[in-house]
Amino acid sequence: MNKVEGQRSLAVLADGVRTGNRLALARAITAVENETENAHALLATLYSQTGRAHIIGVTGAPGTGKSTLVTGLVQAYRHAGLTVAVVAIDPTSPFTGGAILGDRVRMRALSGDAGVFVRSMATRGSLGGLSKTTGDVVILLDAAGFERIIVETVGVGQAEVAIASTAHTTLVVEAPGLGDEVQAIKAGILEIADILVVNKADRPGADRTIKALEMMLELETGGPRVLRHHGQLIQPETPLPTATPDRWRVTVLKTVATSNDGVTELRDRIEAHRAWLHRSGEWSIREAVRVAQTLENILRAELSRRILAALPQAGMNAWIQPVLRREIDPYTAAHQLLNPK
Amino acid sequence: MAAEKIRVLVAKPGLDGHDRGAKVVARALRDAGFEVIYTGIRQTPQMIAEAALQEDVDVVGLSILSGAHMTLCPKVVDLLRAQGQDDVLVVVGGIVPEADIVQLKAKGIAAVFGPGTSTQAIGDFIREHAR
Repeated sequence: MNKVEGQRSLAVLADGVRTGNRLALARAITAVENETENAHALLATLYSQTGRAHIIGVTGAPGTGKSTLVTGLVQAYRHAGLTVAVVAIDPTSPFTGGAILGDRVRMRALSGDAGVFVRSMATRGSLGGLSKTTGDVVILLDAAGFERIIVETVGVGQAEVAIASTAHTTLVVEAPGLGDEVQAIKAGILEIADILVVNKADRPGADRTIKALEMMLELETGGPRVLRHHGQLIQPETPLPTATPDRWRVTVLKTVATSNDGVTELRDRIEAHRAWLHRSGEWSIREAVRVAQTLENILRAELSRRILAALPQAGMNAWIQPVLRREIDPYTAAHQLLNPK
Repeated sequence: MAAEKIRVLVAKPGLDGHDRGAKVVARALRDAGFEVIYTGIRQTPQMIAEAALQEDVDVVGLSILSGAHMTLCPKVVDLLRAQGQDDVLVVVGGIVPEADIVQLKAKGIAAVFGPGTSTQAIGDFIREHAR
């Protein structure tokens, strides 16, 4: 084994992550992101020590100021004496596989602080606003002892809601001038918010944006706010006290991230949400949903790998031309591939 | 299994704010299939080394036009080595006199790309020499 392999061996990485060695943590993240042979063993070794961190998702359209806001939030948490890790995700090019990960440009104020760790990730083909291994990277940061983990998604559109099943508290960041009341009542991204943030609130139109969002919240009908897993509400092991009317109220907060206005209040609101999650029992529900989805994702990936591997060599290619010539439709072709005579 | 991506940190050390070149190179490396972590201007060697560590990059690309390359670039190499990143390739782009290039290479800079270098050449060099 050469020197570099030795430094990246399973035992060295796992020990390093546990003891706060930042280089080992960085290399462990690389192993997990690249899905190397070590990755699963590494996660298996560390998994029992996780579950302590509070995971905060920050999502919203490109240019709403997510990275600047995250920087302010990290500083606010550092003032409160908590350690913070950030995972910042930017898109991979579907054509070249390359990426520009530019979130650090806004995060320069965080350098030189041993209580902060920032990692940029590319989506590497995943849709939904996160990359496939983001959840696993969060596990490593949790095992490394960071008390708050902030996951900043790619700049999203309307339907990239994967963050809601990764984070305990989800912030949806809006900026003035991006849409009217109809945008505000559409399904999707706004529904996953535990806290709505109107950033750049010093800009013209901020009040209209806030009003539109508040109107949307007033129309709240009191339906379930827990993300469902295939339409099934997952029950926590200890039944919820059904009598408590202790519901979380989504509110709209104003921030100007560039001057840190409203950021301390945002931190306090996140902490209030965290306290509510634990008090209400919602925490166990979200964790159960998260585990169910993680398991299902792993099973899906493994099953499709096995099935594709079991298909006859060049099997799929043989059906491309007939489909192209409209001699057969793609559903029938797929069916025949899976059920050869 | 996902393919291993080569990760490149692109940074501008020191006080010159001319980041057009760094952005052009970052974009070209993106198009060559690398994951480029762009940190922007006015970075100290300490900031660059810290980002290189957290991001576990394979390559650090320093863009410098201020003339301070003899001070700043070897400093980045020293910091990387001191924190255990012996295998990180450090390359420099900018206006560097011939005589300085020899000295920079002696101090651990793998390559210096001057004005007129094609972005293709930079990408090819990285692909060939990154760990």
